[in-house]
Amino acid sequence: MTHDLSLKEIQKQWHGTLKSYAIGFLASFLLTVISFALVVTRLFSDRIVMYAIVGLAILQAIVQLLFFLHVGQEEDKPRWATIAFCFTFLILLIIVIGSLWIMHDLNARMMPGM
Amino acid sequence: MFGRLTLDAFKHESSQNGAVFSMLFGAICLIGLISYLKRWKWLWNEWLTTVDPKRIGIMYIVVVLIMFLKGFGDAIMIRLQQAMSVGDSHGFLSSTHFQEVFSSHGTTMIFFVAMGAIFGLMNLIIPLQIGARDVAFPFLNALGFWLFASGAFLTIVSLTIGSFSTAGWLAYPPLSGIEYSPNEGIDYWIWAVQIAGVGSTLSGINFLVTILKMRCPGMTLMKMPIFTWSALCTMPLVVLAFPILTATLYMLTLDRYLGMHFFTVDGGGNYMMYVNLIWAWGHPEVYIIMLPMFGVFSEIVPTFSEKRLFGYVSMVWALIFIAFISFIVWLHHFFTMGASPTVNVFFAIMTMIIAIPTGVKIFNWLFTKFRGRVHFTSPMLWFFAFLLNFTFAGMTGILLSSPPVDFQVHNSLFLIAHFHGMAIGGVLFGFFAAFTYWFPKFTGFFLDETLNRYAFWCWLSGFLLAFMPLYMLGFMGATRRLDHYDASTGWHPLFVIVGIGAFIILIGATIQFFGLFWSIINRKKNWDHTGGDPWNGRTLEWSISSPPPIYNFAVIPTVDQLDPLWAIKRGEAPIPQKRYENIYLPINTPMGLYIGIFSLIFGFAMTWHIWWLAIVSFVSILVCVIIRLSGEDEHEIITVAQVKEIEAAHARRMKSYE
Amino acid sequence: MNKPLTIHHQDTLELNPDTHLPDLHQDTFSKTTQGFWMYLMTDSLLFATLFCAYAILHTETFDGPSAQDLFSLSTAFTETMILLLSSVTCGFSMMAALRNKKNQVLAWLGVSFLLGASFVAIELTEFTQLVQDGNSWQRSAFLSSFFTLVSTHGMHVSFGLLGMIVMAAQLFLLGVTATTFRRLITFSMFWHFLDLVWIFIFTFVYLMGVV
Repeated sequence: MTHDLSLKEIQKQWHGTLKSYAIGFLASFLLTVISFALVVTRLFSDRIVMYAIVGLAILQAIVQLLFFLHVGQEEDKPRWATIAFCFTFLILLIIVIGSLWIMHDLNARMMPGM
Repeated sequence: MFGRLTLDAFKHESSQNGAVFSMLFGAICLIGLISYLKRWKWLWNEWLTTVDPKRIGIMYIVVVLIMFLKGFGDAIMIRLQQAMSVGDSHGFLSSTHFQEVFSSHGTTMIFFVAMGAIFGLMNLIIPLQIGARDVAFPFLNALGFWLFASGAFLTIVSLTIGSFSTAGWLAYPPLSGIEYSPNEGIDYWIWAVQIAGVGSTLSGINFLVTILKMRCPGMTLMKMPIFTWSALCTMPLVVLAFPILTATLYMLTLDRYLGMHFFTVDGGGNYMMYVNLIWAWGHPEVYIIMLPMFGVFSEIVPTFSEKRLFGYVSMVWALIFIAFISFIVWLHHFFTMGASPTVNVFFAIMTMIIAIPTGVKIFNWLFTKFRGRVHFTSPMLWFFAFLLNFTFAGMTGILLSSPPVDFQVHNSLFLIAHFHGMAIGGVLFGFFAAFTYWFPKFTGFFLDETLNRYAFWCWLSGFLLAFMPLYMLGFMGATRRLDHYDASTGWHPLFVIVGIGAFIILIGATIQFFGLFWSIINRKKNWDHTGGDPWNGRTLEWSISSPPPIYNFAVIPTVDQLDPLWAIKRGEAPIPQKRYENIYLPINTPMGLYIGIFSLIFGFAMTWHIWWLAIVSFVSILVCVIIRLSGEDEHEIITVAQVKEIEAAHARRMKSYE
Repeated sequence: MNKPLTIHHQDTLELNPDTHLPDLHQDTFSKTTQGFWMYLMTDSLLFATLFCAYAILHTETFDGPSAQDLFSLSTAFTETMILLLSSVTCGFSMMAALRNKKNQVLAWLGVSFLLGASFVAIELTEFTQLVQDGNSWQRSAFLSSFFTLVSTHGMHVSFGLLGMIVMAAQLFLLGVTATTFRRLITFSMFWHFLDLVWIFIFTFVYLMGVV
């Protein structure tokens, strides 16, 4: 407990700056508006719109992860939080894509009308 | 006022009354004993409010042993029923009661024996092995235990008030849906598992951060003891798989309580999705209970071979690989649900792949013993039993991983034999080995070795007799969960043999329980006079007294190689200097216990639809959490003088043994 | 004050008297933020499972209305903007805490709270409307999975609001201390995480539903 950090020391470790929040907000705002605009105005085909909004969502997620949650910006190596995030994301993809694949496959083999 | 709880809930079938009364009687005796010995204050201060992982670990093991009695009792009933219930005879259990028994058996053994065993062992061993004085989150750790105990107790309550689930340990819908199981049984199961599951998740977070952050100076990852590595590989599984269980059971709960259509037959529900999601959790779960036991054997084999672990690096990579792949095999639990060959084959191949690193581990253990000086202590005997049974069952797993084969034997007794070989041969024998191996560390005396050996031979022979014939029965067409069968099947003789095997295991378990009490009574005879290192160990936990002082290490060790204690013994590392400092330890708190109790009440209230009580207990939990998160972390200080005295007392004891 | 902005633990912690090696990473702040991050990882899997269920069940309308029939994009857009804004104002409260300006912290926290509460209010209004029209969670698997996914997020937000009240009380009574700053950080991690999850809700539930 003699080793615990003081308020000043903790404050020095936090990565938020006005700049990061401004960029994060602006980028998220723009990406959101574009997404909604694409769907509302129906300028493109459904397929293109679908891929676009997914891409925009991923982009905005990256923006928020970097500028709001400061992922990857830990000072102490190894960057366990970043590693944990990457691994979580990987497992998440496996579970979601795996489940969608399995359920789609199963549903396709059901009797018609079920 | 009482929801759907009526006096009917207290009436049971005659076959159940015995269990009910003996449990109530036992509880009253226990309360009476504690009162007679005037130990309530001691119990409160030393155990119920503790945040010391050493104490919490022991409490986990106590709950595990109690729940093992329940689960094993269920097993005996199953085997007895199946040995008797053939042709005109229908045994002594009604169909409904039989279904409750096998559901309770699986639920208890997986959630409250196996999970409790691994977290109990981790609590006891990890801080000591990494040279730490505590875990990263002492309160969260305690809370995890109390949630676990709460879930366990809820299943015990289900024995006396109302009845338990009849839908198996995984409660597949539509059977577990509100339409086909409207009564309280499934709800008991849901809440017990959910509450314990949250506890596991929190404990998982705690140990993950503990291992990453609390290692002593110099202990890089590749210098960690292998048991700690196995725990480190297991924790991501806990942290990432249990939320899937939480979400899936949540959806089942919503179906049952709010009329939703996730898994219903109508309304567009898809009950196959439940099977998929529950096994996406379920497969990592079986590795969660197994990997720490691999770690246990990796500690025991080198110690009792007087040789360091062969291929430490490959063992570590094998653990990492197994942990990762365990997320990509889950469909092999439902090959027969009807997916196309492409899907089935993908998961079949993934399943076969996971056998490879497991094989690497087996060979490494064997190579460790080669040219070593092998001591056939009972932990080592458990290792041999593990080697035989786990490997054999593992190979039947490879058989099962082939969809065409699985189509023949899925949900037959062949499957039951396979997974019991893994669960008993791997998890349970690992736990027995660990229990015997580390028992002297936390008590200061040995378990009676002779009784250990008798118990071992009963378990090994009983296990072989109880489970090998099941493979044959599976091939002969016997499915699982049968409470009756025709005489013309020809299964009866095998079921009798299996029943005898179960009975021999019962003898073994009885010897173990008796042996525990016998060893405690005779502890002066079996005292550890080595000062904390009875097995000539290699890792840091053997470098401190038995039992360890409350602060574990008077001086935080610094390590520069694997097996740091061995290094000291061989003169390759210096003996730690006695430069003491004040030690700060977190103080006790009753909040973990309170949240556990309120969770128990919440689960009970939700089960019986006593809505006002559910709201009150939930709000109480919130209040406890807020109170806990509003205080400052307080510590007790152990001064340099006190540390000096504790260490000096230990030194004096050592001198007196010479 | 020419100290560099990024510092390492080794520079600040006391050296272990025996080894003169620093005790690495074992301070409460470091442990807590890492532990809370791990909790957010578990929450990610929780939401992922619910998203999965939605993805699988969203076509099962059981002859009832589908996403296209029911979802209002203007509502979703409003909710998105409100939540995004509250995420930023939460950041502003953090920055005020950096400068030990207790009143500013409370002010920005208050703004975040109001925005968050508006979000929950709008969402509840949306739900109420659906239920009153006969399109409750009991109508179809699609509606069950929709209500569950979106309300789970909404419940997380609600718990966040409760957390904000507790935080505000602590800050008011104790000011900005090492402990309250640490708790503020974990709260802001939680709040940003919820905005992150919402990105996927408005994309995959509302936008996809209407496309």
